[in-house]
Amino acid sequence: MSPGWIKVTIIGVYLGLLLFLGVFSSRLFRGTSKDYMLASHSIGPFLLLMSLFGTTMTGFALVGSTGEAFAEGVGVYGMLASSSGIIHSLCFFVLGVKLWSWGKKYGYTTQAGFFRDRLESDKIGLVLFPILVGLVVPYLLVGVISAGKAIEGATRGDFPGFTENGGIPPWLTELVICVVVLIYVFFGGMRGTAWANTFQTIVFMVLGVVAFYLIATGLANNSVAEGRAHKVVDGERVVRTEPPAGLMDSLRIVSQEIPKARRVRAEVALEDQLETVEAPSQFRTREKLDPWMFLTYMLIPFSVGMFPHLFQHWLTAKNANAFKLPVVVHPVFILIVWIPCVLIGVWATTGLINIPPPIAQDPNKVLGFMVKSLSGDVLGGFLLAGVLAAIMSSLDSQFLCIGTMFTTDIVVHYGGKDRFSDKQIVLISRIFIVLIVVATYFLSLTPVAQTRVFQLGIWCFSGFSSLFPLAFLAVYWPGLTKWGAYAGVLTAAGVWFVLFRMSEFGATENWAVQIGSIKTMPVAAIFFASAVATVVVSLITPKPSQQTLAKFFPQKA
Amino acid sequence: MKKVVWGLVLLLVILHHDIWNWNNDKLVFGFMPITLAYHAGISVAASVVWFMATKFAWPTDLEDEVARDTAAQEASV
Repeated sequence: MSPGWIKVTIIGVYLGLLLFLGVFSSRLFRGTSKDYMLASHSIGPFLLLMSLFGTTMTGFALVGSTGEAFAEGVGVYGMLASSSGIIHSLCFFVLGVKLWSWGKKYGYTTQAGFFRDRLESDKIGLVLFPILVGLVVPYLLVGVISAGKAIEGATRGDFPGFTENGGIPPWLTELVICVVVLIYVFFGGMRGTAWANTFQTIVFMVLGVVAFYLIATGLANNSVAEGRAHKVVDGERVVRTEPPAGLMDSLRIVSQEIPKARRVRAEVALEDQLETVEAPSQFRTREKLDPWMFLTYMLIPFSVGMFPHLFQHWLTAKNANAFKLPVVVHPVFILIVWIPCVLIGVWATTGLINIPPPIAQDPNKVLGFMVKSLSGDVLGGFLLAGVLAAIMSSLDSQFLCIGTMFTTDIVVHYGGKDRFSDKQIVLISRIFIVLIVVATYFLSLTPVAQTRVFQLGIWCFSGFSSLFPLAFLAVYWPGLTKWGAYAGVLTAAGVWFVLFRMSEFGATENWAVQIGSIKTMPVAAIFFASAVATVVVSLITPKPSQQTLAKFFPQKA
Repeated sequence: MKKVVWGLVLLLVILHHDIWNWNNDKLVFGFMPITLAYHAGISVAASVVWFMATKFAWPTDLEDEVARDTAAQEASV
């Protein structure tokens, strides 16, 4: 069997397993809309941890982090991963638990339902709905496009004659994963999604570690074979000839090769010095990053507080204690996934592996290319399945949540709850899910697919982050009014659009808002404008009724 | 203790902005760029702080409140 067909077979088997899981979980379906959308609030700590983590880690985390590390250096971890460890858990803690309790008590399924009640405003749902859907769709595209690019990079040359570069074309990968995710979400609903997420999260974490091992040892062997590895003998550097002995030895050999600039040799120990690579740009420090940009990047993970698909996952929890495990373990899980990806990205800059120009120009293909070049065909196939697992574990929740939002916030809300039977509500959700999958697939074929995945994701996350103040104030500030909420949402949308347009719709990489000599991430301006508008307008407009305030902020005895 | 926990969260946020490591290109354990190792440490520290939060700042009243309200709703049906 040719290398390409080995990979395709393994990926096919993996996708088949997922379909089986989705269809099997549908056998536990209780037939109610609450079960389809929220798994009847039955998800315990482990499933909640895995589904929350699997949902937040998308192609952005695997393909994007490797690509960004390849382009910008190791600082990408601090920019997004370690900050996410702090902020994501903060959001689960301060928003997730509270919203779960209200969701369970008052029967919410979507954010719009909660905000309508909390702000005594029917129209707030109409304002939020298009904004949230408009932000989830690019996020969906990030996943779909990542999958297409990763598989194309990993199968390059495996199918000569099939495409120009001999790889599986992105349109085909994107079509296949859209159909697979659609089938298990369609049949399994939230329970199927939670199970599939758990399975996929385990798969991509295990295979990620395996990929890391294979790539590290493969590159170390290359280094020794090419006579680039050195060791210090009697205070002198000599070329090393013996092969790497295990993982730690490989890690040392490979990381020595990370290109260094500004190296002040007098300050660095001999064994740390570099002799075989010229000193081009710097990847080992954060030289390529701006401290103010780094600082303001920390606002991006606040997006988790307003992701509609996470809101829906929060509501699936069996009880408040189910949140404890995700809150504690999430930062370490991020570490397990991101550190290997970032190191693989910077190792790709060492020259120990020849990254061809078409791959180097599109950093999202770097991970797939490394996997293809440094692992055997069978393991390569498994590792590609792991990459797809990470991507699909986010897509499923997003498809489900958009279907839920259309059904709950528009059809049922305006059509009247008594007008539809529970069975009909499930059917309507499924129809919307099919429509959104089809729309996403066709959008993924448009030129927007050419935008770097990471950049597109950052704009999308910035939009969600800028709505965090609204969510936080709605939960903790009785003084929040509906007019304050309108002001905050519209300010966020307006400022976001203006800045997005100024960045040529995301095409300008690392576009920043310049304040004097300081460069900040666009999210900072949007976030603070939205927060200020929400607070100021709330202070001067009438408060919600006493009845509503008593409902959400009861006086403690 | 609650205040200590929130103080630690704030400290984590401050420590996250390690400008003192900005141009340091040393390797920790011979393979990990120091900026990466430092932030891996931040991730582990975050996990520890959030563990403390679940121990000392958990809204235990919320669980009771929901159980009470759910029971009341079921009784009224």
